Amino acid sequence: MPLIKSPEELEKVREEILSRRDPHKLCISVCAGASCLASGAGEVIAAFKAELEKQNINADVDTKGSGCPGFCEQGPVVVIHPEEICYLQVTPDDAGEIISQTIVGKKPVERLLYTDPDTGNKVVKMNDIPFYKNQVRHLIGNNIKIDPKSIDDYLAQGGYAALAKAMHEMSPEQVIEEVKESGLRGRSGSGFPAGRKWEFCRNSEDEHKYVICNCHEGDPGSYADRRLTEGNPHNVLEGIIIGAYAIGAQDAFVFVGDEFPQTVENMRLAIKQAEEYGFLGKDILGSGFDLTVRISIDGGGYVLGESTALMASMEGRIGEPKTKYDHATDRGLWAKPTVLNNLQTWANVPLIINNGAAWFRQTGTDGSTGTRVFSITGKIKNSGMIEVPMGMSLKEVIYDIGGGTVTDKKFKAIQVGGPLGGFVPESQLDVQVDYDQMTDAGLAMGPGLIVADESTCIVDMVKYFLTFLAHESCGKCTPCRDGIRQMLHILNNITAGRGNKGDLELLELISTVQKKAALCALGQGASDPLLSTLKHFREEYEAHIEEKRCPAGVCKALGAVSSGANV
Amino acid sequence: MDNDKIGQIIDKYQGEASSLIQILLDIQHENHWLPRSALEVVSKKLNLPLSKVQQTATFYKAFSVVPIGRHEIHVCKGTACHVNGAQDLLEEVEEVTGIKPGETDPDAKFSLKTVNCLGRCGLGPVIEIDGKTHARMSPAEISDALKKYE
Repeated sequence: MPLIKSPEELEKVREEILSRRDPHKLCISVCAGASCLASGAGEVIAAFKAELEKQNINADVDTKGSGCPGFCEQGPVVVIHPEEICYLQVTPDDAGEIISQTIVGKKPVERLLYTDPDTGNKVVKMNDIPFYKNQVRHLIGNNIKIDPKSIDDYLAQGGYAALAKAMHEMSPEQVIEEVKESGLRGRSGSGFPAGRKWEFCRNSEDEHKYVICNCHEGDPGSYADRRLTEGNPHNVLEGIIIGAYAIGAQDAFVFVGDEFPQTVENMRLAIKQAEEYGFLGKDILGSGFDLTVRISIDGGGYVLGESTALMASMEGRIGEPKTKYDHATDRGLWAKPTVLNNLQTWANVPLIINNGAAWFRQTGTDGSTGTRVFSITGKIKNSGMIEVPMGMSLKEVIYDIGGGTVTDKKFKAIQVGGPLGGFVPESQLDVQVDYDQMTDAGLAMGPGLIVADESTCIVDMVKYFLTFLAHESCGKCTPCRDGIRQMLHILNNITAGRGNKGDLELLELISTVQKKAALCALGQGASDPLLSTLKHFREEYEAHIEEKRCPAGVCKALGAVSSGANV
Repeated sequence: MDNDKIGQIIDKYQGEASSLIQILLDIQHENHWLPRSALEVVSKKLNLPLSKVQQTATFYKAFSVVPIGRHEIHVCKGTACHVNGAQDLLEEVEEVTGIKPGETDPDAKFSLKTVNCLGRCGLGPVIEIDGKTHARMSPAEISDALKKYE
């Protein structure tokens, strides 16, 4: 592939790719996300290929391992283009029937279609399934059409057009202005306006600047970030390149966990392909702008999500946070001005440049624009990766997209934002996916939503989070290291039937001190699940302490026989 | 693991001390654990105190400074797996193998580790044995599955 040196050459390459593709040609897309692969998607793809060959129609039908379309609960997911017929829980044994019935016979295989649980009706097309119909999928909607290992697939969907536009029609300042205008806020949770952060860094005097894409998704029970990167790596990469151009950075890094091998593999390949096509390297698209992107793999640890710990790890040191005397946009990685944004923030940038800030603002609320990609898991019917418009209420997310609780057991709470987030009871499900509303409700905007039903013990859940944090605290500051340990000790006693009167007040006291005195966000937020449940589910704690009873029937020392699994 | 192989890994990163984590990750992938002798070679070649190399090797979750058994069991302790019964599953694995998370049995057959989230939350509770995913398993099923390993 010769290097692409101008927007005109890019369009020529795109036309050439499209001319080789017939939009009406049948294509069997099988989700090749980590979850579907674990359910046997690899064998399903192989079975389709073998069957097509056997029936001697392999020249007429394409097969593809695609990015994750999100319906992980029902995987392996198979979609047949161009009609977008969607089959769920497909096994290698189904390949023959799908090919003879649907590919040759043009009729759907009824038993593999989605069944609406309310009406019992079969749903043929992917976007008619309620799980998909109620989402707004700007970022992940194309995943099922894209093989994450193929840059040509991304180009066929209009990829890198935003990069060409930014570099040839806009100055770096105009790009920053557009991003500011769009209202895009950092998707890591804190929600700092991305454009303003970029501007601070651009205006910093030091000429050597860095850009970091944070793909370190440490929250247990949350996988939206890695699945998004793994499913469409070029989208994230294009955002990073545009951002680096706007900021004036010559080096960019993707920070990703060693425990996400597929994300690393797909991103590494995407970088290599982008270099071959001329979207990275020297004089990108003939603009005179140079950029290298490298992957920095972390050694694992929840605390690495904290920005100073993250940068320490990238510099080869142990990931301990430090007090923030400087903004990273002045002194960040190797003491150079640095912009650190979450991958979802970067992934939105090409959308904004292509469609304009005004278009982007049409989705969402005044204070929180665009969409948010979550993973929704736990005791919910439709587990998976979802994309919702900002401003959607949690109730709509749980019932319209998630389909409600997995069995007939009553909904109890939704946990938002992982170990540093909070629990929302049924009475407050009108809270919207919106930075300001979430903050007011004591929640963090993390990428994971976990649903609990009446068979989930809230005290056990909080104990679970504190056990996690006790392991993950880096141990540098005493309030976090010892505070978490003490809170956990009290909770262990409570769930073991040794709770005392006054325990809850003591927990509140410890968390108040820790919130003020801990060095970083991990220590400061560690008691948030505890505090939100003491507020909303206090009677459940009291039942454990005073009646020595676990209402959900989970805590074994209080008579439960299993840990609440209902699968 | 021989010293030449470690040398090749270090050369790949131009012997830069700032690449310490990446170098240790490569050795860990190659050898499945970090023997003291390997840490000493890294310390010498990167001109870093051994204490600093050991600090890094014990700080990050990806590294193991004890030998690993023939079969690696990873029990996912993500929140979704937790609410779907991961604790029962872990207790069963501990019972069958006779080891706790972070340990290897005396015959070096199994090593057990809990992991924060394997990202397959829709399939929970999830266990990975030698990289292969076992989804939605009951304690009885995992007990049977483990008996098949030699």
